[in-house]
Amino acid sequence: MYQAIVFLPLLGFLIAGCFGRFIGARASEVVTTALLMVSAALSWVAFFQVGFGTGATRIQLMNWMTSGALSVDWALRIDTLTVVMLVVVNSVSALVHLYSIGYMHEDPARPRFFAYLSLFTFAMLMLVTSDNLVQMFFGWEGVGLASYLLIGFWYQKESANAAAIKAFVVNRVGDFGFALGIFLVFVLTGSVAYDAIFAKVGGLGEATFRFLGHDWHALTLAALLLFMGAMGKSAQFLLHTWLPDAMEGPTPVSALIHAATMVTAGVFMVARLSPVFEMAPTALIVVTAIGATTAFFAATIGLVQNDIKRVIAYSTCSQLGYMFVALGVGAYSAGIFHLFTHAFFKALLFLGAGSVIHAMHHEQDIRNMGGLRKHIPFTAAVMAIGTLALTGFPFTAGYFSKDAIIEAAYASKNPAHSFAFLATVIAAFMTSFYSWRLYFLTFEGKARWGADAHSLHEGVEHAGTAAQGGHGHDAEPASAAPHHHDDHGHHGDGHHAPHESPLVMLIPLGLLAIGAVAAGFAFKEAFIGHSYDAFWKGSLFTGQGNTILHDMHEVPKWVVWSPFVMMALGFALAFYMYIVNTGAPRRLAEANPLLYRFLLNKWYFDELYDFLFVRPAKWLGRFLWKTGDGRIIDGLGPDGISARVVDITNRVVRIQTGFVYHYAFAMLIGVAALVTWYLLRGGAH
Amino acid sequence: MNAPFVMPALGPILPELVLAVGALVLVLIGALRGEKSYGLVNGLAFVVLALAAAALVAQPAGKVLVFGDSFSVDGFARIMKAIALLGSAVALVLSVDYLRRENLTRFEYPILIVLATLGMMMMISANDLIALYLGLELQSLAAYVIAAIHRDNVRSSEAGLKYFVLGALSSGMLLYGSSLVYGFAGTVSFPGIAAALQGQSSLGVILGLVFVSAGLAFKISAVPFHMWTPDVYEGAPTPVAAFFAAAPKVAAMAMTVRIFIVAFPGIVGDWRQIVVFISIASMALGAFAAIGQRNIKRLMAYSSIGHVGFALVGLAAGTAQGVNGVIVYMAIYVVMTLGTFAIILGMRRGDTYVETIDDLAGLSRSQPFMAYAFGAILFSLTGIPPLAGFFAKFYVFAAAIEAKLFALAVIGVVTSVVSAYYYLRIVKIMFFDEPAQSFSPLTPALKTVIAVSTIAIALFWLAPAPLVSAANAAARSLF
Repeated sequence: MYQAIVFLPLLGFLIAGCFGRFIGARASEVVTTALLMVSAALSWVAFFQVGFGTGATRIQLMNWMTSGALSVDWALRIDTLTVVMLVVVNSVSALVHLYSIGYMHEDPARPRFFAYLSLFTFAMLMLVTSDNLVQMFFGWEGVGLASYLLIGFWYQKESANAAAIKAFVVNRVGDFGFALGIFLVFVLTGSVAYDAIFAKVGGLGEATFRFLGHDWHALTLAALLLFMGAMGKSAQFLLHTWLPDAMEGPTPVSALIHAATMVTAGVFMVARLSPVFEMAPTALIVVTAIGATTAFFAATIGLVQNDIKRVIAYSTCSQLGYMFVALGVGAYSAGIFHLFTHAFFKALLFLGAGSVIHAMHHEQDIRNMGGLRKHIPFTAAVMAIGTLALTGFPFTAGYFSKDAIIEAAYASKNPAHSFAFLATVIAAFMTSFYSWRLYFLTFEGKARWGADAHSLHEGVEHAGTAAQGGHGHDAEPASAAPHHHDDHGHHGDGHHAPHESPLVMLIPLGLLAIGAVAAGFAFKEAFIGHSYDAFWKGSLFTGQGNTILHDMHEVPKWVVWSPFVMMALGFALAFYMYIVNTGAPRRLAEANPLLYRFLLNKWYFDELYDFLFVRPAKWLGRFLWKTGDGRIIDGLGPDGISARVVDITNRVVRIQTGFVYHYAFAMLIGVAALVTWYLLRGGAH
Repeated sequence: MNAPFVMPALGPILPELVLAVGALVLVLIGALRGEKSYGLVNGLAFVVLALAAAALVAQPAGKVLVFGDSFSVDGFARIMKAIALLGSAVALVLSVDYLRRENLTRFEYPILIVLATLGMMMMISANDLIALYLGLELQSLAAYVIAAIHRDNVRSSEAGLKYFVLGALSSGMLLYGSSLVYGFAGTVSFPGIAAALQGQSSLGVILGLVFVSAGLAFKISAVPFHMWTPDVYEGAPTPVAAFFAAAPKVAAMAMTVRIFIVAFPGIVGDWRQIVVFISIASMALGAFAAIGQRNIKRLMAYSSIGHVGFALVGLAAGTAQGVNGVIVYMAIYVVMTLGTFAIILGMRRGDTYVETIDDLAGLSRSQPFMAYAFGAILFSLTGIPPLAGFFAKFYVFAAAIEAKLFALAVIGVVTSVVSAYYYLRIVKIMFFDEPAQSFSPLTPALKTVIAVSTIAIALFWLAPAPLVSAANAAARSLF
């Protein structure tokens, strides 16, 4: 069964990828989607079997490589953590496949799209079922590749290509750390298989590793290097810049890869390696601090973004920060629980946003929306559900998981815990504000699209439109996308009223909405409640002194209430600013232009990195290319040598004068030279 | 005082006798029948060469010394003589059509070829300095004349004259060196010299060796005694150049190998420096100078200089393996060279022979057979596997590596790479340039030579054993 779960998507990829041209787009869609559905159904079976019964196992597929002490297997490690991820990945992937049939129906390259989606799913499944670090790295790189291919799916679009490259390059930074981490773990434990590693880390608490003339605490170093990989993949603070740009990809891709699954790989990795991280308290402080910073900082940027997908992208970034806070304070199950619930409501929000974009004919700027609830009521309803879940409205999925994280942050003994608590609580307020802002601007108020839109445009949003215009691909409609026909009506035309999406897109929305409402309530006890031990069965490790799961239930009442209060305040403020007093945002922005621009320009991270890394790298590249390769290597190498050859040739040819006495002279010189040589050498010996 | 005259055993020198007597008979026929006897004499010259070859093949194996040990018939001599005879015969085949078209049908030509071949045979078997000089002069004098056989042509005459003057100088050096060696060793016999020196060299012997080497290097056209080569190849009629490039090189190389290996075995360390020097100089100059050539005969002259350098790499090793490499190299070199000159002789438009590389432009479209055959030969000259030229280089470089002459091997490979440029440029011109005016069809003789040499080159890798094992046995006969 597990083999089927993992390899059916690969089969789908091969069919659609190799034979997509022959069997046609429709067949490719059906085949990949059907295989994913089977895989998803089996995943749920596995989830209940393993999570609520017994069935944790290890399935050896084959030996991958053996070299000296290094032995790497292809094997599936099935435990509760794996099946949770299987459910998340396959459910969302199956729904996204289904949704894409509707969303992509005008795209001529659909076989390629579905092949990539299935390839991604396979790679993600290899990642979560991995039995060792190398296999995880294989999946890790596989999802990176699929992400790259899908972000750049509309390769005619320059911004999409740039975004794809950016995602790939930024991930390389993280992967570099990850790879070093794997090497270090291998050096320390002599193995890359989890079981062997976990068995040995207990005895390595005091081990040190000498590097750059300094003795480092070996496990801390290993954990930090591994976490660097997680930071890249999960778009954490400093390595987050690729995620918002990744929204260049088709929206289903954003939902699947850049919200629900791939970006949570870092969270999964840290949870999977919890025995290592538990032995490295310093690393956990870093994880907490980075997570809290990300949660806060991404939320601040989300406050002012105008692209519907970018708001959700920053929200994703922020929520991933929450998960890392949970991991950092030792509440691994809370982090995974949030991962689990977040997958549902964030996929829902993205797919809902896709439905909006679809309805608005690829308009993504929420300033040009408004009043859509009447036109696309179902989408509006599910978006409302998703927003409620994200902001943590009581008894929705996000309520249980997010509150658990905030409580854990409060109860933790981690030195960074108070910072984490503050950051996550404030971020909860901002989350609520930007989520509702998004909802109100999109679905409520007056319509700012259609024939009379232009007059309305101006007073509606912030004054920063000009700043927005100069800055990249934010609100750029997919004008180069192949499916975007000219006759298809831009927002100004007024010919087409927004229309509800087809059923094939609404069904996934409905299913995800159910998940967004119920997933928290249904699985709360299992993930973080009393059935913790029975459910996880040791697949998450907590150290001796780690009592966070107990402590987090015993926090003061005000702590329990704080997220709810924040949520309510955020909702109220959004309601006031975008429904009651629509002039307020503009005045606020004008009153604080510096802060506004700082946020709008995403804390100037792109500019900073451009200055710090991109330009020097380009300069170095240009230097190595023009001077290093062109002038030095080519100049002294091929070009130089060939020029010298020609010189020598010319000189040698010139010796050949045609005069006999020159020839005779050369012979005598030759004899004289040889004689001189022997005389100088001392002749006989 | 009246020592009974003992008739020396003539069996071992039967091939040489056949050539000598044959040449005299041919002279008589020519003298009696006048200018018109070219056809008859030419045909009979083939017969003489064939008889000599038959006599050579019929000789029993083993080593025989005759004429007071001055003439050695051993495995090495036999294989080198076979190659030389083959070279001479094919050169003669190549000449027929050319001579008719250029009105050079003089009966002296085949006779001179036969006499030169006789000289070569004596060079190959020479076992003392006197015999060596005799053979060398016999070969050289015949060669001077045929270089200038085109008497009405200024360049042919100039070539013959240059060759003669410089050849005289080199002979002088050789003789001077021989006298020094004789003076210090007290004998002219090769084994005698080896015995006298007993592995000890003196400055006098070394000086003698340097002068002898200069004379030998002139014959094999090794740098810096090579300067006559391009001028003579270019000026002499093409079949003459083909003859010079093939058989005499083999004979001179055989003579060089024998004198170094047999007469100076104990002082390898001393003479190796000379060989290494002229080997490197030849390889380098052959590679670099050929790049600048537009005339294909001049180019082949530099090419032959380079190839002699490669063959000398094997001699520099000073081992049986090295000599084996030299033999294989010279055999393959002769085949490649004769094939090349057959192609060059095919570069004819009507009655006009053309000689520049650019005349080959677009040959692949006008004469695909010629172009593909030449292409194969050029790749082989470059040393690209699996063609024969690769194996030739492989054996000499392997011997050099075995003898720990790493620098020499590396330089050899590098110059081989440089030489690839001018060989492959011809391929490029033939296959990728716009066609020039096409050539007249090949004569059957040329076609046959081209086909046989190309097949031999292309399929050598299938059966290298006969040549290599024969060369191996021959090489061991010297030690």
